[in-house]
Amino acid sequence: MRHFIRSTAVAIAMAAASTLTLSAAFAADLSGAGATFPYPIYAKWADAYKKDTGVGLNYQSIGSGGGIKQIKAKTVTFGASDAPLKGEDLESVGLVQFPMVMGGIVPVVNLEGIKPGELVLDGTTLADIFLGKITQWDDDAIKKLNPDAKLPSQAIAVVHRSDGSGTTFNFAYYLADVNADWKANVGVNTALEWPVGIGAKGNEGVANNVAQTGGAIGYVEYAYAKQNKLTYTDMINKDGKKVEPTSAAFQAAAANADWSSQPGFGVILANQPGAESWPMTAATWILLYKKPDDAAATGEALKFFAWSYAKGDDMASELDYVPMPDNVVKSIEETWAKEVVGSDGKPLYSAM
Amino acid sequence: MTVVSEAMPPSAAMKIREATVRRFALTDTIFRTATRFSAILVLLILGGVAVSLFAGSWQALSTFGFSFLTTESWNPVTEKFGALAPIYGTIITSAIAILIAVPIGIGIAVFLTELCPRPLRRPIGIAVELLAGIPSIIYGIWGLFVFAPFLQTTVQPFVIDLFKGIPGLSNLFAGPPYGIGMLTSALILAIMVLPFITSISKDVFDTVPSVLKESAYGIGCTTWEVTRRVVIPYTRVGIMGGVMLGLGRALGETMAVTFVIGNAHRISASLFAPGTTISATIANEFTEADGELYTSSLVALGLILFVITLVILAIARYMLMRIDARTGA
Repeated sequence: MRHFIRSTAVAIAMAAASTLTLSAAFAADLSGAGATFPYPIYAKWADAYKKDTGVGLNYQSIGSGGGIKQIKAKTVTFGASDAPLKGEDLESVGLVQFPMVMGGIVPVVNLEGIKPGELVLDGTTLADIFLGKITQWDDDAIKKLNPDAKLPSQAIAVVHRSDGSGTTFNFAYYLADVNADWKANVGVNTALEWPVGIGAKGNEGVANNVAQTGGAIGYVEYAYAKQNKLTYTDMINKDGKKVEPTSAAFQAAAANADWSSQPGFGVILANQPGAESWPMTAATWILLYKKPDDAAATGEALKFFAWSYAKGDDMASELDYVPMPDNVVKSIEETWAKEVVGSDGKPLYSAM
Repeated sequence: MTVVSEAMPPSAAMKIREATVRRFALTDTIFRTATRFSAILVLLILGGVAVSLFAGSWQALSTFGFSFLTTESWNPVTEKFGALAPIYGTIITSAIAILIAVPIGIGIAVFLTELCPRPLRRPIGIAVELLAGIPSIIYGIWGLFVFAPFLQTTVQPFVIDLFKGIPGLSNLFAGPPYGIGMLTSALILAIMVLPFITSISKDVFDTVPSVLKESAYGIGCTTWEVTRRVVIPYTRVGIMGGVMLGLGRALGETMAVTFVIGNAHRISASLFAPGTTISATIANEFTEADGELYTSSLVALGLILFVITLVILAIARYMLMRIDARTGA
């Protein structure tokens, strides 16, 4: 017994010591918090960046809402959000906002005999399914889009996110854009009052529930559909063309976007024009103070972001994210040089 | 000993005695203060929780007033929040769970204390207690991946077909079979509260004096009659305690329920339909709740759960007092 106590005491002392050294090592690190969707790629970039420069990143993936709260409370150097803040909100708090990376949202289904890409949906039909107006898989609206598919006479089980989520925001934004009923009765937000269906927590929760439930339909980030080998569907885009969810289609949507049209690059990539564009493409944003209290930390953060734009493209593609186009990166870096200043009024970032 | 004390002058012996008494008095005072402080600490923590919940939910309560309790709609887009669906889900799932778990739990306890062959007693007892040691997330994962698909493919279609066309029952068990839903989470909750009810019932059944039971058997009572007329009346306070403990766990259980209830802010007549509970709603939505009114509404849900728990405990106390007064025990 005494031996046990002594060894426990030693273990506790060692744990305490290692925590102390760890926190000392973290002292120089960047701190950020927010969206869960880009967490895998931020982690990967941070890992490579640390090898390159020795500066690490401590990113808490607590969700977009949490990220906005934390940056407003100034507990972190930068916040991350999947839903862009409005221009006036950015002004009132004194934040600068820019997109970091993009990804695609895909509908996933669980239907016997249907393989990935064999089913096609369009925006209005998708909205009607999630509104509860279309309740059977052999509904005429779905049949019309898929004359060749064998659609079972099965009830549709709608699966949606139960937690607040940037994915939901972008998905709802698209549905509201194409379906007036959705816009009037459900609306757009990170959490919604869903007319039908079951809620599941996180992208992985939706993926699991769809995989478990016969006749289910849900929406997830593309990476989750791919990892879980779920049956994704193709979509009819704004130009009336059938598109598959691929990196190229997400990129096409991004290329056609007019990023300067919104303050803080707050363009939502839903339903973009272009024959190749995937209709549910989404960007994720970083929030920083224009006049930060800790100018040095913000300067370091900007260096990290510039490094990620310059060298992180391949890593992003590996994880099925879409890197920002070069011309957008250029105008983002110009914005940094113009707007983010230290207490002496000098810019914290000088364009390379 | 005697030689030594006789050798000492009386005043020295008195001094030693006084010092010892003083020391005893001191340790006793420290002990009393420490225990009193512990007891007060509980009240302080409870009070602190109540005050902070009330302060946090003030905005929601003042905005929506009493309608917060009677509105089903929970709309983060228009910021109109009502707590009726989570309250309904919490109470219904817990009630069904207790309804299932109490007879089974007491049954296990009676079997273990009265009827079980000795070699079986320990394995069954340990198995029941192990159920209590399984973390709730494991119940949730098991519920989602094993139990829900089983219900969806076998039990639910059968029950839906069975009661088709029977008024009342056909509404209570209406499709489509999702697998997850109110009934699924009630069943998981029943499994989770079972060990509390069983082990407390078992412990209190062991306290029944053998002489009482033997007298009853001696005058020709059957085992059922002994259990019904002697063991359960003798131990009802303890059983009630176990049930209340289980109910408390069922009301507040978060993780397992979140996995299998379907998290839909709706009130449906069907037990197979997805619903939500107070704690599941808070767990799902708190991290991403932007806007003060949204956060405040979630805190208000927490306050409601706190009040529900208090009310149920108070009712349990009152029922026990009534029983005690009636029997004069």
